[in-house]
Amino acid sequence: MRPLTPLVSLLLAAAAAAALIGLTFVVEPFRSYQLATACAYLCAVAGLTLLTGAGGQLSLGQAALMAAGAYSYALSANALAGAGVEGALLLLVPLGASILGASILGVVIGCAAGRLHGPYLAGFTLALVVAIPAVTSTFSAVLGGDQGLWITVEKRPTALRGTVSNEQWQAWLAIICAVAVMVVLNNLLRGRFGRQLRAVRDNDAAASLSGVNAARTKIISFTVSAAAAGLGGGLLAYVTQSASPGAYSLVLSLYLLMAAVIGGIGSLTGAVWGALIMVFLPYAVNTFTANLPVSADVAARLDGNLAVAVFGTILVLVILLAPRGIQGLITAAGRRFRARFPPGQSPSNPASAVVPVPQSRPSAETPSSGTQAPATETGTPPSGTLSTTKGQR
Amino acid sequence: MSGLLVMESVSAGYGPVPVLHGVSLSVAAGSITAVVGANGAGKTTLLRTIIGQLQPAAGYISFDGAALAGTKVENMVRRGIALVPEGRGVITELTVEENLRLGGLWRRDRAAAATLLARMYELFEPLARRRRAPGHQLSGGERQMLALGRALMANPRLLLLDEPSLGLAPRITAQILGLLRTLCDDTGLTVLLIEQNVRSALSVADDGVVLNLGSVVAARSAADLAADTDLRHTYLGF
Repeated sequence: MRPLTPLVSLLLAAAAAAALIGLTFVVEPFRSYQLATACAYLCAVAGLTLLTGAGGQLSLGQAALMAAGAYSYALSANALAGAGVEGALLLLVPLGASILGASILGVVIGCAAGRLHGPYLAGFTLALVVAIPAVTSTFSAVLGGDQGLWITVEKRPTALRGTVSNEQWQAWLAIICAVAVMVVLNNLLRGRFGRQLRAVRDNDAAASLSGVNAARTKIISFTVSAAAAGLGGGLLAYVTQSASPGAYSLVLSLYLLMAAVIGGIGSLTGAVWGALIMVFLPYAVNTFTANLPVSADVAARLDGNLAVAVFGTILVLVILLAPRGIQGLITAAGRRFRARFPPGQSPSNPASAVVPVPQSRPSAETPSSGTQAPATETGTPPSGTLSTTKGQR
Repeated sequence: MSGLLVMESVSAGYGPVPVLHGVSLSVAAGSITAVVGANGAGKTTLLRTIIGQLQPAAGYISFDGAALAGTKVENMVRRGIALVPEGRGVITELTVEENLRLGGLWRRDRAAAATLLARMYELFEPLARRRRAPGHQLSGGERQMLALGRALMANPRLLLLDEPSLGLAPRITAQILGLLRTLCDDTGLTVLLIEQNVRSALSVADDGVVLNLGSVVAARSAADLAADTDLRHTYLGF
């Protein structure tokens, strides 16, 4: 399949956003809250998809970047509210601050990441997320210590207060931000930067020889990923009206990475599946646990823990059975469907799909052999062009 | 010495292990210079030193009259120097077209890049047929063409090639070397060719340099080198 043009992807994204916003009118407020949370996680998972999937840089510090976004949001929102600012400014400026705060941290990490690979980079980013509680405790006067910060948020616009619930409004905001992140990341990955990123991941020496500055590419990828995670953190802070170290632990980092892998590492659409699983799987498992005919003690032990076990089991199964994740499975199924029912043939009549294949017709993909007079060992090809036969080595 | 590329008394190596010992050579503009020698002679190290992947411990390298010292690898292509590395260095996850575009990525002039891309497809017909195929699906010959095409997308003045015949059938090697000769004659491209296939290399080259244990033992016209029986027997093995 050909990649989507920026305009088509933009239209699709707008349609998806409109559909999701429409969905909030038919679901209960709690579902809208879950949707808002999923969109916040989607920003972070999508950033991780760019960084780890396309860039090949394993990061365990995505939660730290979300925390940077959340605290930036909290500090700026509280400062603005303290100064008497209201309205759109109290919403947009903190969201911008969440992107900026995380991006600055991303630049710093990226500078170090340019010199680190694989497990060393993972260890470095792991240290960041582990350090969050210590940082909030050390600067407890500003960051609120273990309790974190309560945030004064701008509620839904006055004009909407009669018709739209607060959860619905939160979902709208999160949907718009998540869709914007997906559009930006998609355009980056499809374009010049995406080629540079994949070239550096695959062979940074060859990329350098082509004029690509590998170190700068890595720093930019970390910064973009951090900006996305920061926006996710800012959205989560807005939705929960708090920023605390417990919400951005190592467990969240691992969940984000697992979500990216389960969804399909390297695929932005896979990030959507991953974010949805992050929010709705624990809810589904906990609901199932609550309805089990077991004692209260057993139910209490299962609550929360079973979700982690199920998540881990799914991760193992995906790695073993579908290394390209859920999106890989969907893509493969689509490919099989198209092969079985080529365009113009109805799926309702599969027999028509069986057509005789000419045995002697050369494939368009396979270069024909013998179309050029053989050159002597040192001779110049007659036309000054090259042709070869596939498989000659 | 004069020439597009000049090396004077260059010594280089890997950490404490010296490989090149006072190498001096000159590559004339618009010519093909073949650097030949046995395994371990320092041929690849020579290219890595020119391109900036290794810093010389001593000596001077200039390109078009200006020193190359301190130029980063990624900026060499902007100065007009492109390298096709040993093993080809195709980005296997990118398609043929993406690989080619990568070669011209540093250019801001999209129209010029598009023209060059079309020219590459003219030069390398099999690549035109497989433009959407990922690099890992290509044959060895096609990968070599792609690596060469990607380097040429930078429209370099000096092309450095490291063992282009490695793992290729003689007919493909001959075609690639023939194409290099045509490019030199038609466009004025300068080529520094590292090659173990000495006969083929000297047959298309204007000049030849024989390296042995990191030192230049002969630097003459390619025809003279090919005709020197003693030198061939002693250093080149044929």
